[in-house]
Amino acid sequence: MNNSYLAELKGVHKRYGKVAALDGLDLQVAGGELLALLGPNGAGKTTAISIMLGLQRPDTGSAHLFGESPLLCASRRQAGVMMQEVYLSPELRVQEHIDLVASYYPNPMSAEEAMERTQTTSLAKRAYGKLSGGQKRQAQFAIAICGRPKLLFLDEPTVGLDVQARETMWAMLRQIVSDGSSILLTTHYLEEAEALADRVAVLAKGRLIASGTVNQIRAVVARKRITCRTTLPLQQIEAWPEVERVTQHQDHLQIVANEAEDVVRRLLAMDETLHDLEVHRAGLAEAFTELTKEAA
Amino acid sequence: MTTGLTFEQQEHLGGKTIMSGGRTLHAYLTEAKYESLRMLRSPSFGAIFLSLPVLIYLLFAVVIFGHALRSDAVATVAVFTGFSVFGVMGPAMFGFGVTIAIEREQGLLRFKRALPAPAGAYLVAKMLMAMLFAAIIMITMCAAAVFFAHVPLPLPRLIGIGTVNVIGVLPFCAIGLFIGAIVKGAAAPGFTNLVYLPMMYLSGLFFPLPKGLAAVAPIWPAYHLNQLALTAAGAPLAGATTHLAILLGVTALFGWLALSRLRRLN
Repeated sequence: MNNSYLAELKGVHKRYGKVAALDGLDLQVAGGELLALLGPNGAGKTTAISIMLGLQRPDTGSAHLFGESPLLCASRRQAGVMMQEVYLSPELRVQEHIDLVASYYPNPMSAEEAMERTQTTSLAKRAYGKLSGGQKRQAQFAIAICGRPKLLFLDEPTVGLDVQARETMWAMLRQIVSDGSSILLTTHYLEEAEALADRVAVLAKGRLIASGTVNQIRAVVARKRITCRTTLPLQQIEAWPEVERVTQHQDHLQIVANEAEDVVRRLLAMDETLHDLEVHRAGLAEAFTELTKEAA
Repeated sequence: MTTGLTFEQQEHLGGKTIMSGGRTLHAYLTEAKYESLRMLRSPSFGAIFLSLPVLIYLLFAVVIFGHALRSDAVATVAVFTGFSVFGVMGPAMFGFGVTIAIEREQGLLRFKRALPAPAGAYLVAKMLMAMLFAAIIMITMCAAAVFFAHVPLPLPRLIGIGTVNVIGVLPFCAIGLFIGAIVKGAAAPGFTNLVYLPMMYLSGLFFPLPKGLAAVAPIWPAYHLNQLALTAAGAPLAGATTHLAILLGVTALFGWLALSRLRRLN
């Protein structure tokens, strides 16, 4: 094992009755990286995080947090957590919740500092039970960072946030990573992973099916999408060997091709009036769909 | 299994991970502070458990039976200790039984386990909350006893009864913890009442029991706490050590059963 990993699962199997939630999963979080853990529902993302945090034990395999057992309180003192579903006392105010969780850490920031950093100062005196869903997520984020964690576990952190709040959280996550901490993030918003992640790990059926940078993951789908306005008939383009599919969208044609450059050259050569030409590479979403389809 | 990082590597990875004794104590006290604060703010708990005992005591000892009790000093004291024990039982049993069952179901315990919360802080906080509620209840009960019910006890005796009852919440905390560990949230109030209500009446807190029922009153911890409270009030009763031992036994037994169950659930 590389001792510099902040968290590591090694050959982890976990079953719930007949269902294998994790099937020999190897996963590492290195220092200073933002790792996005992606996968369809039931892929094992939350189980993987639960085992890394010591909330569950693997049936076989091992889990380490900061090189030690995640069951040790000392290991978790370097981690911050934002869980997908969590109940917090509705009677306590946001500032009080942060103050309470900060007391578990050896060198926490003050509740004021945590709120300032997460732009939740205006919620300080509000009872948690009176907050909207999005405000609760913001308060939970302040709670997650108050212990100055070296590793943040964020399970679907931006669900329920409006666009502005989501972008604010993204900016804070980038800042946290640039300050030297690491983040393990699960998300259903692929654009979130695309915008933030240094590395993406794709899970399906409890197994790691792909891992790499966003560009590396996108590269598994070689296809590109070409859109243009052309006088060439759709059927003619469809017959070219590099073209996989052509569709008409109002006055535009959308061409999906493996060798986009060759198609573009032909288009330009055959249609002098061609305009509004755009070439798009496959996004993370397309790569994700492709990968998880293969694994199914 | 550990991979045995060197101290330098741990420093590099995460810096300081050791909690000083002072920080740990601070964590316990902060947990207790916020547990008490939220229970005081909870409309279904704080206001009811703090006001109900003294109101019912005033109704019985002043409004309904005030005239009859005025000529019977022994009965006046017995009614006072009985209602005091009744008063401190509630926050202990419901504060543990119902809240732990609900919080277990809602995932708060799971969240605390994901955080580096000190192992016993959550339960110690609830215990201190129950003792704080008991102390507030005893202060209001003593004030009502002296100013309205004409209880003929000097201050040291009242302090003695208060101390017995504040410490005496522990067996009820343990019973509540046990109920909270075995039943689900929605069922917890019902199950707690199933123990609380019979114990309230059948341990002879409010009136002398008929012979048959009086013989089985010692099966209830409230009976033993009441005997200790009466002893603190100056009643010439024997067997204080036995009552104390039984209450300690109840605390240890139910505490152990509940903790074993919670550990299994985790």
